[in-house]
Amino acid sequence: MSHNKNAAKVEQILRSYGVDVRKCMRCGKCTATCPAFDAMEYHPHQFIYMVERGEVDKLAASPSIWHCLSCFACMERCPRQVEPAKLIEAVRVAVVREKGQNHLKPEDVPALLDEDLPQQAITSAFRKYSK
Amino acid sequence: MKFSYYPGCTLKTKGKDLDTYARASAEALGVELAELPEWQCCGAVYPMAKDEIATKLSAVRALANARDLDTELVTLCSACHNVIKQVNNDMKTDADIVLRVNNYLKLDTPYNGETNVLHFLEVLRDRVGFDELKKKVVNPLTGRKIAAYYGCLLLRPSKVMAMDDPENPTILEDFIRAIGAEPVIYAMRNECCGGYVTIENPGEAKRRSNAVLDNAASKGADTVVTACPLCLYNLKKNGGHDDLPVVYFTELLAEALGVK
Ligand code: SF4
Ligand code: SF4
Repeated sequence: MSHNKNAAKVEQILRSYGVDVRKCMRCGKCTATCPAFDAMEYHPHQFIYMVERGEVDKLAASPSIWHCLSCFACMERCPRQVEPAKLIEAVRVAVVREKGQNHLKPEDVPALLDEDLPQQAITSAFRKYSK
Repeated sequence: MKFSYYPGCTLKTKGKDLDTYARASAEALGVELAELPEWQCCGAVYPMAKDEIATKLSAVRALANARDLDTELVTLCSACHNVIKQVNNDMKTDADIVLRVNNYLKLDTPYNGETNVLHFLEVLRDRVGFDELKKKVVNPLTGRKIAAYYGCLLLRPSKVMAMDDPENPTILEDFIRAIGAEPVIYAMRNECCGGYVTIENPGEAKRRSNAVLDNAASKGADTVVTACPLCLYNLKKNGGHDDLPVVYFTELLAEALGVK
């Protein structure tokens, strides 16, 4: 990707989520508290500095973005109010907003259902994984 | 005491028990929960982007309808509560979202975050009062050791949800005391069950839910309560503890009030 296009993507991500990556002091508390930490290739604190450095494409290609549970623990516990969950969602949304990039497709759903699965699970997965 | 009530999609289907026991209990407590006419699914997760407008509209419609009925809005499902309360916060604080939402909806009166949103637990604590609730209990659950499972959505982000201390909450424990049982405090009560990841990665949900129930069981709980249908599903299905029943808090409320 060209430098300019990449810079535009970073700017769009930061603007539409209102995250100030420069507030991060790299303490790692977000990663320490993250329940999905061990399933992630890039951890919450890495999202912060990788977005700051413009490495959005690496994050976008990583399965890490599908492992975040949106549990808000990192947002609640960050001592600097950086809100890493928002950045992870930002990268995920940047991916699914591109044509043909939905991570969960309606035709996949029937096979994933079981008799007790609440509607809420399907609705949230669609919101998180698709556009 | 009359409130507008937003049940949400799951409480009409797989999560019926959460709803029916709440309605029966509310009646016994003299609380009227009037279901909002024509509510729509809230979407189950709050869209964090400031430029996500369409995905916030169903929550705003519910909020505006409650305002037009001149009532506060009561929710019961943790996920609906989280979405509706966070969207309401946007409608109070983010001028750009307010403008774009109102341009889209063209309501007779634009919506500006006027409605007060309460979780049913807050109705019990702040309007009925746990002391009053205690007086209405006919079947105290004496001797039961109950672990409250908050999960993520009831408490976080705390500056918006403002229900309780996000790291040391007491609302469910005080509720458990009011119905005559003993609350069990354990570290994992406000950690995630795995949520929607269960759909594509059940192994991850199993690890998360099992850690929660192992912890509750090790502290001597005989029952776990939740306010969230997805937490209930994950803990029951993926928690690996058939010995530890997981129920909605409203079921125990109805039992204690003698309306189950
Ligand atoms: S907790 Fe906050 S300040 Fe610490 S590394 Fe994470 S984002 Fe940065
Ligand atoms: S919101 Fe996502 S990144 Fe943050 S703690 Fe939860 S699972 Fe980890």
